Amino acid sequence: MSSVGEVLASRDLWLNLTLRELRGKYKRSFLGWGWSLLNPLAMTAIFTLVFSVLLKQDPASFTGRPSGMKIFALFLLCALLPWNFLSNGMTGGMYSLVGNANLVKKVYFPREILVAANVASWLFSLLIELAVLGVALLGFGNMILPWLPLALVLMAIEAGFVLGIALVLAVLNVYFRDTQHLVGIVLQIWFYGTPIIYPLSLVQQHLSGAALKLYELNPMSQFVKAYRNVLYDLRFPSPATWGYLIAVSAFSLVVGATVFRRFEGRLAEEL
Amino acid sequence: MARPTPDSGRPVIIVEGVTKRFRLYDERNQSLKAAIMRGRRARYEEFLALDEVSLEVLEGTTVGFIGENGSGKSTLLKCIARILRPDAGRITVDGKISALLELGAGFHPELSGRENVYLNGSILGLSTKEIDRRFDEIVEFAGLTRFIDTAVKNYSSGMYVRLGFSVAIHVDPDILLVDEVLAVGDEQFQTKCSEKFAELRANGKTIVLVSHSLGAVRQMCEQVVWLEHGRIRESGDAGHVVDAYVRVMHEGRDETSGRGARWGSHEAEIVAIELLDAHGNPTANVRTGDHVTIRLHYRAHEPIPRPVFGVAIHTLEGVHVTGPNTREAGLVPEKIAGAGHVDLEVGRLMLLPGTYDISASLVDHAALHFFDYHQRAYRFDVGPGTPHETFGGVVSLGGTWAIRSEEGSG
Repeated sequence: MSSVGEVLASRDLWLNLTLRELRGKYKRSFLGWGWSLLNPLAMTAIFTLVFSVLLKQDPASFTGRPSGMKIFALFLLCALLPWNFLSNGMTGGMYSLVGNANLVKKVYFPREILVAANVASWLFSLLIELAVLGVALLGFGNMILPWLPLALVLMAIEAGFVLGIALVLAVLNVYFRDTQHLVGIVLQIWFYGTPIIYPLSLVQQHLSGAALKLYELNPMSQFVKAYRNVLYDLRFPSPATWGYLIAVSAFSLVVGATVFRRFEGRLAEEL
Repeated sequence: MARPTPDSGRPVIIVEGVTKRFRLYDERNQSLKAAIMRGRRARYEEFLALDEVSLEVLEGTTVGFIGENGSGKSTLLKCIARILRPDAGRITVDGKISALLELGAGFHPELSGRENVYLNGSILGLSTKEIDRRFDEIVEFAGLTRFIDTAVKNYSSGMYVRLGFSVAIHVDPDILLVDEVLAVGDEQFQTKCSEKFAELRANGKTIVLVSHSLGAVRQMCEQVVWLEHGRIRESGDAGHVVDAYVRVMHEGRDETSGRGARWGSHEAEIVAIELLDAHGNPTANVRTGDHVTIRLHYRAHEPIPRPVFGVAIHTLEGVHVTGPNTREAGLVPEKIAGAGHVDLEVGRLMLLPGTYDISASLVDHAALHFFDYHQRAYRFDVGPGTPHETFGGVVSLGGTWAIRSEEGSG
């Protein structure tokens, strides 16, 4: 059983595995890291066309308060990028043990490092994408510089949340190879159940009471809301939001670590 | 393993009552759907790979695990390396351990040799600083200085293995676990490996070796543990245990197949094969450099014109070492009838330490008709003698070294 101390002692391994993920991801591709940015841009173009042009959403619904910003594409990206981190981290983390079966079967090291390295590589992608988005936001008049530290804190909390889920999925995928199909479906539902391509106000118009409460309990709606608060609206997320986010992140990490510990012993033989 | 006597080294690996079971599933691929429909995971049978194994490995010794496939020797090694977790029992390891189960584990083909050295090094437990310090040495040992910034996918398999071995060996562990990796790479590389292992042993490192090559085990190990069906059958002094193992393997073969295959028309037969020492006594244990005689006893049930006797010697791994016959030696009797024997006298046996099999044949002059053929009928061991060589191989050339300085070169 790998102890916390052992995990800490493996910092260099974590860093090197993360670098492997990052360097390997876009080696031998024409645009290199450009692909990382192209994907959210394409999604933004599509969703902007559909929701802002064809369906003609009321600009008031995506007006930032107090920033006053009214650009649907930026409104969308502020939520889409954190969502992509969750989606990529869950999918990538899920494959991190199966994809490194050879390593797990031949060398001993704390296995959670493989999952953590994969999630870290997606966190790094998020950092780059948010930096580019930040420049765009600045260009359109959102003075986000003072808010950046808060954005980093949000990223750290979300990373914990994603890592916890990824740890569970990684072992689950070793024991049951059809986990990936299930995750694909869950991600679809989760995406549309989160106010990413539509504003939260739209849901508030149609849902009320317990149904609305349930909707808002979705951790990703709270994450997305907080990111938008900090980057788009330029205001401090409510203490309740912070508290909730920290709680779900901690919960996810504890569950993830417990499940992983419980099943890691047989990994080398089940792979 | 022998319990340490008060004056021997301290145990660095202590295995206490280790049991390991593997699950053999009825269906190959587990699916969530099937598990939910059934209400639980797939049915499985258990296979007992290790059954309450206990042993100690003393500091600075080289220990070999031998046994047939499925005897549990690799499982035990993986348990010690912490890759597998025992179901019961305890393994205590004192010191930094490194397992050479696969060379270049985790190499990423698209990354350069340099990047992979850091990656592989950290997988094997080195910090970035430690790799920095050893980097030049690693690259030089692998002989890849010119190619270190080339992507690993462009390496030949030899280069790949060399780099992997170089990183692994520079981890500088207190305890090195090795599983058959010595059998990779070309001759030159194998020699390099052997030299490095000799150096590690000289530096007092503890080495645990799993191998099918009894020659290598006999040569490198002081202690040998013989595993059978997940239990220790015998352990102790290397020569002694390997001898016992070879004897039992040999007997086992006798019982099942009657000493390897035998075929022929049997108008004349080879009724016995013997290996005689210098005094003419039958033996199965000789040393390099010994005077030996291989004797084939024959019985011809009818007169056989111009017969040819032959012997062949193979290693346990199947390498054909030599295959002399009487015809090529110019010894062709007009005919044989009745009983007799043929001797192949070897003044100096040039086989290096290992275990070998003798096959014997009796054929007609054109080598078209087999009267009798015994495949791998006689097994014998060669122990270290003179010439004394410890860097592997099958035969000694029996050559003579000389170093002479050129005149006028200072």
